[in-house]
Amino acid sequence: MASFWRELRDVLVSLKLTVALIALSIVLVLAATLDQVNIGIWAVQEKYFHTFAVFWNVGELSLAIFPGGYTLGGLLLINLVAAHVSRFRFTWRKAGMHFVHGGLILLLLGELFTGLWQDEYQMRLDEGETKNYSESFRGVELAITDVTSPDFDDVVAIPEPVLAGRETVQHPKLPFRVAVKDFQPNSSLRMRPAAGATGEGGVTMGAGTQLEATALPLTYKQDERNVPTAFVELLGADGSIGTWMVSVLLIQPQRFEFGGRSWKIALRFARHYKPFSLTLLKFSHDRYAGTEIPKNFSSRIRLNTPDGRDDREVLIYMNNPLRYAGLTFYQSGFDNNDTTSILQVVRNPSWLLPYIACSLMTFGLLLQFGLHLGGFIRKRRQASSPIAA
Amino acid sequence: MKKLLPYLFLSVVVLLVLASLRAPGNAGPHDIVAFGRLPTLVNGRIKPLDTVARTSLLTMQGRQRVTSPDGRRVAPAEWLLDVLYRPEIAHRYQTFEIVHPDILAMLNLTPEAGAGKKRFSFLQLMNGLTELDRQAKLADNVESAVRTPFQSAVVQLRHNVVLYQRLQSSLVASGSGDFLEQLAQFEAALPDQLAARKAQRAGQPYDAALARAIADLGTSAATMEAFGYLLPIPPETDKADPLRWRSAGASLRESLDTGRLNPALSAFARIGLAWRSDQPALFNTEVEVYRAQLDREVPGLTARCDIEARFNSAQPFMTSLMIYVVAFLCAVVSWLKWPDVLGRSAFWLVAVAWILATLGIGVRMWLEGRPPVTNLYSSALFVGWAAVALCLVIETMYKNAIGSAAGGMIGFATLIIAHHLSLGGDTLEMMRAVLDSNFWLATHVITVTIGYSATYLAGFLALIYVGRGLFTRSLDPQTAEGLVRMVYGIVCFATLFSFVGTVLGGIWADQSWGRFWGWDPKENGALIIVLWNALILHARWGGLVKARGLMVLAIFGNIVTSWSWFGVNMLGVGLHSYGFMDAGFWWLMLFAVSQLGVMMLAGLPLDRWRSFQSRSK
Repeated sequence: MASFWRELRDVLVSLKLTVALIALSIVLVLAATLDQVNIGIWAVQEKYFHTFAVFWNVGELSLAIFPGGYTLGGLLLINLVAAHVSRFRFTWRKAGMHFVHGGLILLLLGELFTGLWQDEYQMRLDEGETKNYSESFRGVELAITDVTSPDFDDVVAIPEPVLAGRETVQHPKLPFRVAVKDFQPNSSLRMRPAAGATGEGGVTMGAGTQLEATALPLTYKQDERNVPTAFVELLGADGSIGTWMVSVLLIQPQRFEFGGRSWKIALRFARHYKPFSLTLLKFSHDRYAGTEIPKNFSSRIRLNTPDGRDDREVLIYMNNPLRYAGLTFYQSGFDNNDTTSILQVVRNPSWLLPYIACSLMTFGLLLQFGLHLGGFIRKRRQASSPIAA
Repeated sequence: MKKLLPYLFLSVVVLLVLASLRAPGNAGPHDIVAFGRLPTLVNGRIKPLDTVARTSLLTMQGRQRVTSPDGRRVAPAEWLLDVLYRPEIAHRYQTFEIVHPDILAMLNLTPEAGAGKKRFSFLQLMNGLTELDRQAKLADNVESAVRTPFQSAVVQLRHNVVLYQRLQSSLVASGSGDFLEQLAQFEAALPDQLAARKAQRAGQPYDAALARAIADLGTSAATMEAFGYLLPIPPETDKADPLRWRSAGASLRESLDTGRLNPALSAFARIGLAWRSDQPALFNTEVEVYRAQLDREVPGLTARCDIEARFNSAQPFMTSLMIYVVAFLCAVVSWLKWPDVLGRSAFWLVAVAWILATLGIGVRMWLEGRPPVTNLYSSALFVGWAAVALCLVIETMYKNAIGSAAGGMIGFATLIIAHHLSLGGDTLEMMRAVLDSNFWLATHVITVTIGYSATYLAGFLALIYVGRGLFTRSLDPQTAEGLVRMVYGIVCFATLFSFVGTVLGGIWADQSWGRFWGWDPKENGALIIVLWNALILHARWGGLVKARGLMVLAIFGNIVTSWSWFGVNMLGVGLHSYGFMDAGFWWLMLFAVSQLGVMMLAGLPLDRWRSFQSRSK
């Protein structure tokens, strides 16, 4: 038994394992790069890096065929830590290597944390528009709003997992139950050839009676977005109020009256509210003279907090994001003939880790190779001086 | 005497280089050179007409050299003069390269009808233009990655024809013969013409000829504004601001309202008249007057254009390329014969070629106001430059011609690549918004590119090791050990730079997109280089490889680097297209296969290596 542990330790600390792991990592990264052509950058990250194993589907079967990012990264960490624990002896000759490997450990951890904690949203602002929320790129929610009062809206948002599970939910604020009859993660809508009394999927109310939805496979292409559509029936105490078709393509909420109150129902990209608001004052899209080549995109924004602590103008442009309240706002796109600015909003609590890790590693490499080079030059001087003399 | 030979050699080469740098002269009485230096705005940059002429020729026929219809070799700017002002002659220049046999058949042409069996004139194409346009429209619907070679060639030829026609609409509206005379007499004739137009509109009696003249001018202005390629007319004030330069058509349209012709437009009209009527003295004066006027108003502008035109005609990278070849040959032969003379000569040659390339890169940086690497073309220049710099360092340390040989080889290879990349058009491009950051261009891009250079250098040194060891007896133990040290040192250097460069790229990405690492193909490519270099070092430290293994791994580094440099750029292309035949892709494949071949050769048992046989005997 003791010999087994010794052998295991020998394997774990060996440079052979390091070389093998690096080689496997190269294969993994290469495969992931090539596969981006087929499944897009998002799916690649999930399939190759944020996983313990890469799976290959043979018919119904899902076979693990290659170690994933977590496995390789984890083993590299173990290998690194084990080697340092078992062989650690401080010498100047190896001081640089300790920095490099220490930095590498931080870098691998940082990538893990980023994978776990980073959130990305986007914020679309028309010129003059004010928003205090950003929207998810992919996730949607069903929003049912009580708009009876002219002073405020009362919103109930039902998250995507509930929709996808086709559940029936009762929310204390709603005088009816919400039954999700169907949910299509991606779909296309078109007008029904001849409008009947009830639409497809038993739609009885709203714009959906004149539309039909066709389910589509999920798309991963960079320039396409999935269009989720849901069929929702609202059930009052006395039975069905009606069935609605809701989709992110139907931007205008559908209105109805129930129980003496006015309601709106809509499927929208999930919103994340902020304790502050942004107003787009002006979006600029500069081009080089006589060409369509973009020179710069910039958004002049008013940043405002309700408590009045912050009320100032900021300029967001390429390579110059706004960092505020743990969020970073980047200029990411534009729309509507240069009057709509699209900002990308990122929350990444561990954003500083890579900076620290990389400084350590760079310093380590410089130290290590600098010492090497110094020694080499000294040796050559000594070797050549007797001949010169 | 033997000692002096390398210096003699050196001075001859330096003289040749200096001769290539001297100011270009005019073959005939017309001052074509001065015309070529006049500025125009194209693609967002103010540049001399000479640059426009050369890049257009490169795009259309893959080379700058051009022969007139009467068989004289003429300067690119003279060709441009004919294109701008004498369409009837320009149509007969054979400047459209067509090699695809199906396109030749489509246009009813045979290779024999073309200059060099592949270059044809606009006149020769004229009858097939409708069919060309129809085919190109069909190909437009096909995504560029999946086009057949025929479709790509059709689209390219149509692009060239359009470029030619747009150039031709830049200063003279097509179809109106006396347009230039009209312009020259614009201000004198305009009041009467305006009066005639006014009378016509008011329904009063008017001079029909005068009214038609002004209506024709309006039509010409609109055509030129829509199709003209050049924006050669500076504003009357504030000429340094490129945003206010206009096409000749737009300027003329404004003049029809104001009644005043922009002096630049009238100068171009007079230059054109002088060129058409073949009056060299008048032509030279008109060019000189316009130039002097620009000089007075914007001091630096013409000087800048002069230097760019001079740079164009000197073609320093072409000269440098040829010297690298000679240097490489000298270095290789020096391992077999006359090591002293040839070895030293090779070193000096590489040094001269490198200094020339440095000058060239420096001028490009000054013209653009940017760090050296801004696009794929300049990255090729810089990869070569940095690798050769390392080679010169190695050579001063070891003095065994290995550094010179590697330098000559890499310098040549990278400049050839650069030459082929330059065929797409002007290589001094404007930077797209996200790249418009001199700080990151100067740090991230430079370090990553030096990382490429070093990884290549390690690979090329390893090639020398294998080549000399296998096929010659010249790889003695001392040389072999020196090579191992060089390769090891360069791999360390490559690790450092590719790592730091990749990291800086991550920081740039974090600054502009909010993520340090996004697994994007280019990022992955850089990461693979870092990982590969780390693998070599760990394998070496762990004793998994000795000298020969180190060399084999370093050679594979060539493939890894080429993949990151070019392969990922072709990714969108190469993989989801089955009829893909891009030339660059096949060269990349060929290079990879050749490197794998050398790696396999290196795997031959050591007693097959000639150098090691001779030692054991």
